[in-house]
Amino acid sequence: MTTDTEQSIAADMQHDAKDHQADHHHGPAKGITRWLFTTNHKDIGTMYLWFSLAMFMTGGCMALLVRMELFQPGLQLMQPDFFNQMTTMHGLIMVFGAVMPAFVGLANWMIPMMIGAPDMALPRLNNWSFWILPFAFSMMLMTLLMEGGAPNFGWTFYAPLSTTFAPPSVTFFIFAVHMMGISSIMGAINVIVTILNMRPKGMIMMKLPLFVWTWLITAFLLILVMPVLAGVVTMMLMDIHFDTSFFNAAGGGDPVLFQHVFWFFGHPEVYIMILPAFGIVSEIIPTFARKKLFGYSSMVYATSSIAFLSFIVWAHHMFTVGIPLAGELFFMYATMLIAVPTGVKVFNWVATMFKGSMTFETPMLFAVAFVVLFSIGGFSGLMLAIAPADFQYHDTYFVVAHFHYVLVPGSVFSIMAAAYYWLPKWTGNYYNEKMGKLHFWLSFVGINITFFPMHFVGLAGMPRRVPDYALQFADFNAVSSVGAFLFGFSQLLFIYNVVSCIRNKNPATAEVWEDAKGLEWTIPSPAPYHTFTTPPKID
Amino acid sequence: MKLLSSAKMATGLAKAQLTLLLAFTVPSVSADWQLNMREGVTEISRSVYSLHMIIFWVCVVIAIVVFGVMLWSVVYHRKSRGAKAENFHENVYVEIAWTVIPIIILIGMAVPATATLKKMYDSSESDLDIQITGYQWKWRYQYLESGVDFFSSLATPIEQIQGKSEKTENYLLEVDNPLVIPLGKKVRFLITANDVIHSWWVPDFAVKKDAIPGFINESWVRAEKTGIYRGQCAELCGKDHGFMPIVVEVKSEADYQIWIKNQQLAQVEKAKSAEKRWTLDELMVAGKEIYTKNCAACHQASGEGVPGAFPALKGSPIVQGDPAAHIDIVLNGKAGTAMQAFSDQLSATELAAVITYERNAWGDSLGDIISPSQIAKLKQ
Repeated sequence: MTTDTEQSIAADMQHDAKDHQADHHHGPAKGITRWLFTTNHKDIGTMYLWFSLAMFMTGGCMALLVRMELFQPGLQLMQPDFFNQMTTMHGLIMVFGAVMPAFVGLANWMIPMMIGAPDMALPRLNNWSFWILPFAFSMMLMTLLMEGGAPNFGWTFYAPLSTTFAPPSVTFFIFAVHMMGISSIMGAINVIVTILNMRPKGMIMMKLPLFVWTWLITAFLLILVMPVLAGVVTMMLMDIHFDTSFFNAAGGGDPVLFQHVFWFFGHPEVYIMILPAFGIVSEIIPTFARKKLFGYSSMVYATSSIAFLSFIVWAHHMFTVGIPLAGELFFMYATMLIAVPTGVKVFNWVATMFKGSMTFETPMLFAVAFVVLFSIGGFSGLMLAIAPADFQYHDTYFVVAHFHYVLVPGSVFSIMAAAYYWLPKWTGNYYNEKMGKLHFWLSFVGINITFFPMHFVGLAGMPRRVPDYALQFADFNAVSSVGAFLFGFSQLLFIYNVVSCIRNKNPATAEVWEDAKGLEWTIPSPAPYHTFTTPPKID
Repeated sequence: MKLLSSAKMATGLAKAQLTLLLAFTVPSVSADWQLNMREGVTEISRSVYSLHMIIFWVCVVIAIVVFGVMLWSVVYHRKSRGAKAENFHENVYVEIAWTVIPIIILIGMAVPATATLKKMYDSSESDLDIQITGYQWKWRYQYLESGVDFFSSLATPIEQIQGKSEKTENYLLEVDNPLVIPLGKKVRFLITANDVIHSWWVPDFAVKKDAIPGFINESWVRAEKTGIYRGQCAELCGKDHGFMPIVVEVKSEADYQIWIKNQQLAQVEKAKSAEKRWTLDELMVAGKEIYTKNCAACHQASGEGVPGAFPALKGSPIVQGDPAAHIDIVLNGKAGTAMQAFSDQLSATELAAVITYERNAWGDSLGDIISPSQIAKLKQ
């Protein structure tokens, strides 16, 4: 690019900035059109977050039904087929409806404010990415009312159970997944374009807050793997309706191909659900330790390494399908390697806390719990990586315990931490600290009562995805169910805390947290409808 | 467990809570608090167990160190104690140290894991080969050398599952015909499936291999102790995934030979029964039993099926129409659906009985008898 064009672009930008200042008094539109037609990153972020909360509650109710049935041996409340529908829908809704949209909501709200940009780069695309979601999930939830019931083949929808042997509603499920995929890909493009192009002068890449960095990497993962998911569901659609045999052995197809393609999407997908969480925790811990994040650049490199490794470990989900010894060894070694960059991250967080001056407001409590409980999920992950031992762990409750430890006190806790951390900035009010802490402690206790005993029943031999079990698993299952209800009902407190934070006036300062660092704390609370219409000065 | 199972828990949380209280206060007979993986009864299962324990203790030690430093900081470096934050935020040497040390630990782990894995994959030079086929929702065992061939399905009565009768000790872990293998012999399993993916898992052998239609996976066991070992299907395979257990009986070589002989004799007897003349009543009685075991999971005991998933037999044009079409679908299944081909699964007598039963049960008494000899001819 020549200096001439650079100058003219700079001039244009200044011109634009002036124009925008002229409409600065424009607030949001009135009524429902504000939400339907909005291109404002804050409005869209808010919608994403509410949507995610609604889905979290829906998926949570399904989990509670599952735990109710598993409270004791025997079939009490539901038939096995409905049980399978509940586990399947719970998984799909939590992954695609709760965790992913929550992170996109946080990205929408925070990325422009953290890098000093006025909005997302592609605001209309942004509106569309959100508004696809309610339709996708309505379609998916509608399958519960269809003849033959909702998808009942697990959130991993292995063929041929999900093709030849699936209920008719599988077609609606496939289209819902396509819509979610489109939404995610557009959201990811938006994040990448925003971060790469909307930084003000001086905001070099290695100055980006870690939340922004982790989201940038996550967005690349999304763009790379969501088309793979779209591909695999399209192959299913062809097998079901157009007589192809991608996954049908009788027609010369290969059921294992499904798993390879699915997990090529699926493994990066699990990092899509944890990398932004790493970013959030890397923002919160320094704030409340009143100390700069230890090893910023190693955090960036570790995140990138994890993202790279996520593409070469997929078959560790398939250790028992009978891949050749050489393949088994490769995937075992590669998987074990992930422990290294993940370890680096945990050590950096601990080093940040070490010799800090810590206080423990609700976001910090969630963040510290994240580090501990996510690490426990990491440890069981390392155990699962040992292929010979995985023959005993695979498809048992040990795996259920493992991925719930990284997803619930991992991803979900980070989202809760983020919500408490930035709520004062969003609403202009402090939340009720006592209630926040109560919510944390109930959740913390509930989660451990629910998921820790699952390690034991898994090791003792209880397979996952069963509606009924042998008598020796009864005691721990009863305990898990009690914990699940404690955790589930505690989330009503979260809703209460958010709503009362919006409604009760307890004005927050611009800085919100003592000596908090970052551009988002330089703008007033609540953040005005338009922020950084002129680029901030970065030193 | 007596209280848990006898309490009629139909609905209602209040009742559930009461039961929970009882469960905690009354010592239960068969429920236990087993925490860990079992060691099992083979060389492989023991080395898997030791790998599991090593990696577990490695994790525990790392956890103590990391969480220890963290807890120390949480207690001592808090603002309320007057802690002042230090300024350090980078140290290349520390970063290198906590990258390299974990790599060394991991290599230390990978070496024994690789050795065990190699042994697990070496299924050569077996003494005995058994083909295991997963069906929705039962297992088929075919002894390739001796020709013994049978199905193994859940033996727990439905009343126990529905809470109408007391649950017995091996609830959901018992089958009608267990797999029998000889002690100390290398038994090779050739594992495949007929419909969807299943997974054959016996924890005491540390054998878990997916049963995949169109593929044959190999695994093996050399059991070191006689006894009964129980496992379950480990891969979600549809509605009754939780109800297709695996039971393996390890017998001494002599007992095993006797058992094989008896199995072979029984198979000959079964084939002969097709030559006998059967009355409608006899076929109806036998047919009901076979229907309950093989058909009711989908088509339901009432013959009404599950709308949208499994078609009703009661009032079905196939069941009420031409017997040839009815026989055809039972023997050969229906491609692209969950309807299996039962021709190889059931004997001629059993097939005749179940078809006769379907044509005369549920009030649609057609009065026609499908004779075993008729089916036997079709099967040839």
